[in-house]
Amino acid sequence: MEALVSLALGLLTACGVYLILRPTTFSVILGLSLLSYAVNVLIFFGARLKSTAPPLTIPGLSDQTDPLPQALVLTAIVIGFGMTAYLVALALMSKAESGSDHVDAGGER
Amino acid sequence: MMAHLPILPVLIPLAAAVLLLIAANAGLAVTRAISVASLILLAVVGAVVLDAANDGTIRVYRLGDWPAPYGIVLVLDRLSALMVALTSFLGVAVVLAAVSGTDARGRYFHAFLQFQMMGLNGAFLTGDLFNLFVFFEILLLASYGLLVHGGGLQRARAGIAYVVLNLSGSALFLIALGLLYGFLGTLNMVDFGVALQSVAPVDQGVVAVMCMLLVTVFLLKAAVLPIGFWLPHVYTAATLPVAALFVIMTKVGIYAALRVTTIGLAAAPFTADLLQPWLTWLALGTIALGCVGMFAATTFGLLIANLVIISGGTLLLAVAEPTVTSIAAALYYLVQTTLVTGALFLIADALSRQRGDVADRFTDGPRLQSFTAIGLIYLVIGVAACGAPPLSGFLGKIMVMQAMSGSTHPVLVWTALIVSGFAAALVLARAASVFFWEPGAPGFADRPDLPYVPARGLSLALVVMFCAVVAVSFAAAPVSSYARATAEQILAREAYVPAVLGDPAAVQRERRP
Repeated sequence: MEALVSLALGLLTACGVYLILRPTTFSVILGLSLLSYAVNVLIFFGARLKSTAPPLTIPGLSDQTDPLPQALVLTAIVIGFGMTAYLVALALMSKAESGSDHVDAGGER
Repeated sequence: MMAHLPILPVLIPLAAAVLLLIAANAGLAVTRAISVASLILLAVVGAVVLDAANDGTIRVYRLGDWPAPYGIVLVLDRLSALMVALTSFLGVAVVLAAVSGTDARGRYFHAFLQFQMMGLNGAFLTGDLFNLFVFFEILLLASYGLLVHGGGLQRARAGIAYVVLNLSGSALFLIALGLLYGFLGTLNMVDFGVALQSVAPVDQGVVAVMCMLLVTVFLLKAAVLPIGFWLPHVYTAATLPVAALFVIMTKVGIYAALRVTTIGLAAAPFTADLLQPWLTWLALGTIALGCVGMFAATTFGLLIANLVIISGGTLLLAVAEPTVTSIAAALYYLVQTTLVTGALFLIADALSRQRGDVADRFTDGPRLQSFTAIGLIYLVIGVAACGAPPLSGFLGKIMVMQAMSGSTHPVLVWTALIVSGFAAALVLARAASVFFWEPGAPGFADRPDLPYVPARGLSLALVVMFCAVVAVSFAAAPVSSYARATAEQILAREAYVPAVLGDPAAVQRERRP
């Protein structure tokens, strides 16, 4: 399980970083999304990998998982979502001004 | 009311921002009135906060009354009070400059400005690492809006680069926080220091790397050498009053690095000297980069952006080797450099309004219609900016040099500070000769149609900043004694533990597998 999660995280991060380094805003945005997925999953597993323990204190149940990373990940998802939406709007604004999706669209400077 | 003092610098701009969004269609006069009133109120609160913190107590404000480390706390000590007061003051000058027409070039300028103030003040006040992340995002999101205010391709492109960079920075921030929480089980800054002391030797490597990653994110905000190339690009794309506000944003990075170093990393032996070997060299490199950038600058805005880079490097020198004298010197330098570079951006705004299409480029342009008052302000602020006696820049640099004489590389630090001062003097004089002494070049008719006197708000903002720089120079003794008391307070880490956590032994700590 640990190996699988680590591999998935590594793959997501690698793809994300590769896409961020691409020259078009569309792939950069995709890359940032992948990277933020990787980060969210990483925070989530900050509470350790437990598949049967609820994040609640239930009488009679001794095994529980830490609920805080779930709250953190929720915050991170919301913020990441808002930021990505803004970036899409900005990319559209740049495309409308320059007619190109290139990150350095519009010539000099 | 005084019990709720620590949260007021966050609530006032939040309330104003919400009000501004509701009143978005009420016309420019109403939004301007709300925004200016809110920021003046904020500046008054900033002064009250500064006065309250000066008694040396550490005020802790528990949000929702949850005890730390379970709940989020705001911590008002001398350092956060100083930063809040400085930010609020700068906010007043920026809003006064912006109402002279800049705010009419797009929608929601004032709402973004208020959210930016909220994020800045929150970042300075919070005592929780994840809450710091949230306030960072608030101030960044507002800064994205302010950056592209006015529209145009250059702003959109700078905006994309800036947003992508900061989203990547946020991802690194979250990676560091996620893993640190996984190992330490806490996000409270004070408790973070306590928990660092009991990290098992086998985990120390990962924890140390995550601490470095955390500080790297702060250095990205502070525009330090390998990750600071975004700054000139972004600051020159923004409208000039916005650039004046952005001056404080690099200081947020320095503040966060200083806070995390003194309250957290200094607590455990394996993290205490983690950064020192890197930061001094990065700081020196940043100063060198800023000097080169100043000479290469083609516009006045770009020149000032490079001055901001140099000031970030100078401040980082103190973070690299935190002692009472170095932090005290850095804090005085921080106050004066924020005021000086902010004032320079406002001067650039006043000048470019009189130069028409040429704006603040270092080329021949129409003759200035009015130059006596602005020339004098430029002279005084320029003297302070390059660190020549008798003004605050000189005092700040002397204090930093004195504090650094006991550091590991005193000769290099002294050389860097002196050379950067001379370089700044040279380029500022060259800029002045272009703006004030060149007669109207052939091909440029005099432009009496351009404003003869800068608009009222901008003039007022210039006067306010000018008075502040002069005040910081002549009231150097109280400011620097406050800075010294601040340095002593933040280095006495143990005093924060009972103030924030109560009895740390009572905190039930889950032992991580």
